[in-house]
Amino acid sequence: MKRAAKDTLASARTISRRALILGGAQLTFMGGLGLRMRYLQVDQADQYLLLAEENRINLRLLAPARGLIYDRNGVVIADNEQIYRIVVVREDAGDLDETLAKISRLVALTADEIERARRELRRRSSFVPVTIADRLNWDEVAEVAVNAPALPGVTPEVGLSRYYPMGEDFAHLVGYVGAVSEKYLEQSGDDDPLLEIPKFQVGKRGAESELERTLRGSAGTRRIEVNAVGRVIRELDRIDGTAGAPVQMTVDSRLQNFVQARLAGQSAAAVVLDVETGDILAMGSAPSFDPNKFVRGISRADYRALLDNKFRPLPNKPAQGAYPPGSTYKMVTALAALEAGVVRPEETVYCPGFLEVGGRKFKCWKRGGHGNVNMEQSLKYSCDVYYYEMSLRVGIEKTSEMARRLGFGRRYDLPVSSISAGLTPTKDWKFARHGAEWLIGDSVNASIGQGYVLASPLQLAVMSARLATGRAITPRLIKSIGGVEQPVRDGEKLNINENMLRVVRKGMYAVSNETRGTAYRSRIIDEAMQMAGKTGTSQVSNALVNNKEVPWEQRDHALFVAFAPYDKPKYAVSVVVEHGGGGSTAAAPVARDIMLQAQYGQLPPLTAYPASQRSTIKARQDALQLRQIKPGSGRSRA
Amino acid sequence: MSYLENNLKTIPTGWRKVLHLNWALVLLLSTVASVGFVMLYSVAGGSLEPWAAPQMKRFALGMGAMFIVAMVPIWFWRNMAALAYIGSLLLLVAVELFGTTGMGAQRWIDLGFMRLQPSELMKIAVVVMLAAYYDFLDIRKVSRPLWVLLPVFLILLPTALVLRQPDLGTSILIIAGGAIVMFVAGVHWAYFGAVFAMVVGLVAAVFSSRGTPWQLLKDYQYSRIDTFLDPSRDPLGAGYHITQSKIALGSGGWNGRGFMQGTQSRLNFLPEKQTDFIFTTLAEEFGFVGGMGLLALFGLVLAFCIASGISNKDRFGALLTIGIGGTFFLFFAVNMSMVMGLVPVVGVPLPMVSYGGSAMLVLLLAFGLVQSAHIHRPRGRL
Repeated sequence: MKRAAKDTLASARTISRRALILGGAQLTFMGGLGLRMRYLQVDQADQYLLLAEENRINLRLLAPARGLIYDRNGVVIADNEQIYRIVVVREDAGDLDETLAKISRLVALTADEIERARRELRRRSSFVPVTIADRLNWDEVAEVAVNAPALPGVTPEVGLSRYYPMGEDFAHLVGYVGAVSEKYLEQSGDDDPLLEIPKFQVGKRGAESELERTLRGSAGTRRIEVNAVGRVIRELDRIDGTAGAPVQMTVDSRLQNFVQARLAGQSAAAVVLDVETGDILAMGSAPSFDPNKFVRGISRADYRALLDNKFRPLPNKPAQGAYPPGSTYKMVTALAALEAGVVRPEETVYCPGFLEVGGRKFKCWKRGGHGNVNMEQSLKYSCDVYYYEMSLRVGIEKTSEMARRLGFGRRYDLPVSSISAGLTPTKDWKFARHGAEWLIGDSVNASIGQGYVLASPLQLAVMSARLATGRAITPRLIKSIGGVEQPVRDGEKLNINENMLRVVRKGMYAVSNETRGTAYRSRIIDEAMQMAGKTGTSQVSNALVNNKEVPWEQRDHALFVAFAPYDKPKYAVSVVVEHGGGGSTAAAPVARDIMLQAQYGQLPPLTAYPASQRSTIKARQDALQLRQIKPGSGRSRA
Repeated sequence: MSYLENNLKTIPTGWRKVLHLNWALVLLLSTVASVGFVMLYSVAGGSLEPWAAPQMKRFALGMGAMFIVAMVPIWFWRNMAALAYIGSLLLLVAVELFGTTGMGAQRWIDLGFMRLQPSELMKIAVVVMLAAYYDFLDIRKVSRPLWVLLPVFLILLPTALVLRQPDLGTSILIIAGGAIVMFVAGVHWAYFGAVFAMVVGLVAAVFSSRGTPWQLLKDYQYSRIDTFLDPSRDPLGAGYHITQSKIALGSGGWNGRGFMQGTQSRLNFLPEKQTDFIFTTLAEEFGFVGGMGLLALFGLVLAFCIASGISNKDRFGALLTIGIGGTFFLFFAVNMSMVMGLVPVVGVPLPMVSYGGSAMLVLLLAFGLVQSAHIHRPRGRL
C-alpha cells in the first residue's frame, strides 16, 4: 500500500518514541536482573555455597564391630556373625507398596514384617535406609541381587549380628542384644549417632547391657557425594570407627555349662566362686532361655511362654533372687555369738525339740530334739534350738553386723542387670519399714535365717568364701576389658578370730563328711577334695509343711553352701533350689557335683563318690546334656 | 552501519544482499548459541551427546534458514503474514487433535525428521501478523476501539489454544509479544492502562474474596495459587526446583565453580538443567561474571533490534524488528527471573541457549525476518 509521506513520518516518530520507552523499560528490567544476580551470587554466595555442599555431601555412619565376650580361658561367649539383610531407601524406591510386594515375592516375609517395614519407612526420613528383611540366607540375598535392576532403592547388605554360641548357658550373665527401641532412644539419654542406624543392636540385659558403652565402640564415618536422588557418586573420605573392646569374663564356660546342665529341670540358682580372687567361675540360673531368639526378635508366643513359665526363666536368680537363707545362716549366728563371748564352742545347749520364748514355742526341725549339742554338733545336725538360744544371748544387732561382715546385705558392683541387696534386719530397720518394735521372736527367727532375713545365692557363695579364707572376698565378674586386666580386690582380714572360724569350719566339715551330718550323703570320697558345707531348708509359708503333699509353690526352698577342698579352700559354692524341699536332699547333691566338676575341671570320676551311690551318679552323668567346649576354641583372643 | 551501507542509495539486489546482512547480529547470535553448546556439553558431563551435538546441527540448519529468509524481500513476508498466522493457528488446532503428549502437556506434532512445536511458531507469527496489520491500518485509526479489538482478538485466539495444552509460559509470551507490537504501533496509553487496571482489579477481587461467602475460586485452587506464587511453601514439590536453582546460582559466587565443576547441576539437583534451568548451570559454573556476560550479549541483540527498528522507515519492518526483539527480550527476561526466584516457574526456555529444536529454529527464522527487514529497508530521503 502506498502511504503518504506525512503518515510515514508520523508513524516513524511514534515508533521511535514508543521503541525508546520500551527499550528503556527493558533495560531497567535487565538492570533489575543484574542486581538480583549480584545479590544471589555476590552478597549471599557464602551461604549458598554452604547449602550446595550440604546438598552434595552425605555423612553415613559405619557401625563398629561389637566387642566380643570371652570366658576366662578365651572361649567365645558372645560372637559377631555375618548376616545378610535387605535395605530400602524410600526416596529411591518409587511406589512403596509395589516395591514391598516385589521383595516379598523373592524373600519370605510375613504380613507383620511388611507392616513393620512400611511403618518404619514412613517414620524415617525418605533418604534413610530401612532394613526390610534381616538374617537372610545367601540364596535369598542372591535372588534380590540378581533382580536389582527391577528394584530401585533396594540393596542387599552384609552386616554383623550378635550370636551366642553357648546358647542358654549365658542367657542371664551375658544377656543379649536387640535392636534399639524407640523407648530406649527417648529415655536413655544416649545420643550416640550410631543409634540412628536401623536395627542397630544395643545390649538389653546382662553384661551386654551393663557394659554397653565398652562393647559398642565408636562410630566411623563415611563422607559420600550423593546426587539429587541420593545415589552415591563417590566416597570422599572414610574414618573408620573403633571396634568395641573385647571383654573377658571370669567365668569358666565349661563349668558354667555343667552348672546349667546340672540345674536343668528345676527352678534353681548356683554360684561358684574362686575363694582367693572372688572370681565368679560360674553363675547358673535355671531354667534358662536362648538369648539368640531375642537377638532375632523373639516371637510373641515364645515370649509369652517365658513369662507364663512358673519356674520364671527370665530373672537372673543367683544375683537377683532373695531367699530366706534358712540354716545356711547359722554360721553367721554362731560367729556373732562366739565373738560376743556369750558362748564357748564346747558349751552345750539342751535341745528338747523346741524353745519357748515369750509364751510361744519355737520348734526344732527335729521333733524329738537333739539333746545336748555343742556348736560343732549344732552345725552338723543343724539344730535350731541351739541357735534360738544364741539369738537370745547375742541379739539381732550383733548377728546382722556379723552377716554384713560375711557379705550379706549389700549389692556388689557387678555388671549384671539387677542385683539384690538381700536383707540383714535390725531394730531400726523394722521400725522404719513396718513401724513396729523388734520382737524377741524376730531375733529367734532370724537366727536360723528365717523371718526377715533374705540373701541372694551370690551372697551365700561370698559368705562361704569368706568363711573359708577369713578374708573379705568380693566377687568379680570381669577379668579384663580390651586386654587390660581388671583389678582383683584384695580381701582384707575379716578380723574374726581364727579359732572361732575354725570351729565353724569344723562344724561345716562335719555336715558333709561325718555320719549323721545333714549332708553326709553328699560327701566326697577323695580326701583332697572334700568339702565343708551347710544345708538349709527355708520355709516359704509359715506352717511347717510336708513337702511331698503341698503344691510346688508352697514347698520349702532347698539350699546348700560349701567350700572345698577343706584343707586348702579354693572354691566356694552356693546352690538354691526353689521349692526343692530339703537342703540335704535337693541342694547338697547338686553342690557336690558342681564342686567336683570345678575341682576336676571335667566330669569327675565315679570314684570321687561313695561306692553305694555310683550307679545312680553314673546314670545322672550320662543323662547330662553337656556342650562340647574346646578350651580357647572359636577364634584367638582379640 | 557500515560505510558500505551508508553510501547505498537503493535497496541491494541479488548476491550483494549478503554484504548488507547485519553480520554483527550474526556474530552475536552465534556467540550466544556457542555459550549454549558449551553449557550443554557441560551438563551432559563433558559429552557432546545427548544435547550439544543435535543443538549444533539445529543451529546450522537454523542459520541456513535465517540466510534464506533474509534474502527474500521483506514485502513478500509482509504479504505472507496472514498466511503464516493462519497456518500456525491450524497447526495449533492440529496439535490439539493429534499432538503428542510430552512433559505432561500436548505440544508437539511429529513431522518425522523433527518434532514441531506450533506454539513456538505462534509466538513469532502473532508478531508478524500484528506488524502487518498495523502496516495496513491507517495510523489515524490505530487507537479506535474497533481497530484495537481486532488485534486483541488475533492475540487471544492462539493464546486460548496454547493455554489448553496447557502451556502458561507460552501463553504469556504470546500476549506480551502482541502487546509490545501494539504498544510500539502507537495504540493509546489508555488501553494499556485499562487492561492493567482490569488485571489488577481481577487479581484483587480473587484474593480479597477469599474466605468470604462469595469467594471466586475453590479452596484448592487458592492453595494451588499460593504454592505457585510462593514455592517455599512446598519445599519438596514445587519449591524444590527453585530452591535448588537459587542454591546453584548463589554457590557460583563471583566467578563460578569452574567449567564442569558445578555440583548442583552435575549431581542432578537442578531440574531440567538442559532446558529451562540452563542459565543456572552457567551462573553456577561461571559465576556472576559469566551470568552478566550472557545478559550483556542478550542486551546487545535487543539493542540492535531496537536501533534497527527505529532507523527503519518501513512501518512493517520497524514493528516487526522491535516486536521480535521484544519477544526475544521476553524469553530471556522471564527465564532468568524464573531461575532467580523472582517469578514462579512457568517453563520458558532461555533463547538460543536452552536445548530445544523448535525454539531455536523459530528464533533463527525470526532473526531472518529481522535481517530481511534490515537489508530491504528503505534508503535515502523519503
